[in-house]
Amino acid sequence: MYKLDEIRKQFPMLNNKTMQGVPLVFLDNASTTFKPYSVIKAIEEYYSDYTANHHRGDYDLCYKVDMKVQEVRRKIANFINSDVNEVVFTSGDTEALNLIAYGYALSNLKKDDVILLSLEEHASNTLPWYRICELTGAKVKFVELEDKKITVNKVKEAFNKYQNIKIVSFAHVSNVLGYEIDAKGIAKVAHEHNAIFVLDGAQSVPHIKTDFKDLDVDFITFSAHKMCGPTGVGALIGKYDLLQKMSLFKTGGGMNVKFSKDMNVIPLDAPYKFEAGTLNIAGIIGFGAAIDFINSIGIDSIHQYELELADYALSKLEKCKDIVIYNKDSKSGIIAFNRVGVFAQDEATLLNSKGIAVRSGQHCAKMIDEVIDTVATVRASFYLYTSKKDIDVFVDNLIDGGDILDAYFK
Amino acid sequence: MPILSNDMMRSIIMDHSSNPMNKHLPNGEGYDKVHMHSDNCIDDLDIYFKVEGDKITDACFEGVACTISLSSTDIMCDLIKGKTKKEAEYMIEQYQKMMHEEDFDADVLEDAIVFINTSKQAARIRCATIGWNAASQLLEDKK
Repeated sequence: MYKLDEIRKQFPMLNNKTMQGVPLVFLDNASTTFKPYSVIKAIEEYYSDYTANHHRGDYDLCYKVDMKVQEVRRKIANFINSDVNEVVFTSGDTEALNLIAYGYALSNLKKDDVILLSLEEHASNTLPWYRICELTGAKVKFVELEDKKITVNKVKEAFNKYQNIKIVSFAHVSNVLGYEIDAKGIAKVAHEHNAIFVLDGAQSVPHIKTDFKDLDVDFITFSAHKMCGPTGVGALIGKYDLLQKMSLFKTGGGMNVKFSKDMNVIPLDAPYKFEAGTLNIAGIIGFGAAIDFINSIGIDSIHQYELELADYALSKLEKCKDIVIYNKDSKSGIIAFNRVGVFAQDEATLLNSKGIAVRSGQHCAKMIDEVIDTVATVRASFYLYTSKKDIDVFVDNLIDGGDILDAYFK
Repeated sequence: MPILSNDMMRSIIMDHSSNPMNKHLPNGEGYDKVHMHSDNCIDDLDIYFKVEGDKITDACFEGVACTISLSSTDIMCDLIKGKTKKEAEYMIEQYQKMMHEEDFDADVLEDAIVFINTSKQAARIRCATIGWNAASQLLEDKK
């Protein structure tokens, strides 16, 4: 039994908030998520009760902070099924992908090596690789899609077509269309060809059980703020031997054993060698509280509930004649749509005027127009606290339609 | 201040977005161009001015944009044609004041008054000003 009412009570943003003078309906959860009181309280406690730096002092407060940071590292490791030393704290998914690009790819790729991506990738899983290509002479190639999806077969074909694929990097779940890839199958193909497989988990880790060891991928990246945690913190999960072999990216305090005037630097072992400078300690502590919160509901229950919401929304949306849905077959809480003849941004503005928050545009996946036949979509995305009533308000407003200019003349 | 009912304002916006007369490439030589894009909308426009002596003798644009960007840019082109640089600058200044709910001189804005409600949808102010910012930039480049 999914206890939605109890869950919703734990979010201050779900407590009588309004937008445009009407109750807020937040359907932009693929972008970011609301925070429960437990996360806010954990952050507040760090600032109110035990502020100190980590691994920098010999006093009790500092020891406590050290223990807290390590505790969160363990929580993440348990959540994703990795070893604790395979968890690197980053500022988010984007920094984690950049860390792989600059720490691994820059020193391992050479001219004419290939990085395999898809046209559905977010900018964060595209632009770091473009930069590595500029620096090394490697090339980006795009896997062919099968009915808008990345399949194991198409990845196999890509390995036959392109020599020297050294890195494959895909989103586990597309942030525009919500399609989940067969990460385990693709990892196997990549490894058969001695390539590494990077899994961008920004849209999967918050929603579906993502098991690092079982999937046997080389890296997983994700952000806390998309899973009820604070902004500015995320994680890179990497196989330990790969992390150890990776070059340094950010350098500074906290990542080295010692350094000397002849420029000899002895870095700490992974994961610490990547964590230069003071970490986002409050963020990390909030991240830990977010994982506790998700565990208290259960990631499988969350996924099940989101699928129920998506089915409910789709069955209602199918009755709207002028709404085109681009991902009806997606098993996720993401619905990408347009109203016939209406520009996505205009539809989103109209919904804003009704208190409904949705995203419009390309959602940072700026090559998506090569995959679906439109320059922009409206995206509604659900999370563990979305209610069927939210969906009713959303769909009823879509059915009512109204002129897009109503938003300006109400 | 021109008195326009809401219905009139809506129909002016719809006319300019469904049939933007100034949305075409320049006919002939002597045009300056500025490219504008929005980071929060799909708007991606090229705006062209022909400036002869002190006057803007022609204005047009091409690209992809939402209803508010299309119509506001089309109306800007209509209004700016035939104006001196100084008159154009004054008009742009009044438009920007209107966008940000400051006191403004409505007399010079003519049909552009229809965007007076944009501040109700604050996320779209950038759409309603994209063509007008381009105009400022084109005039600035001519100084």
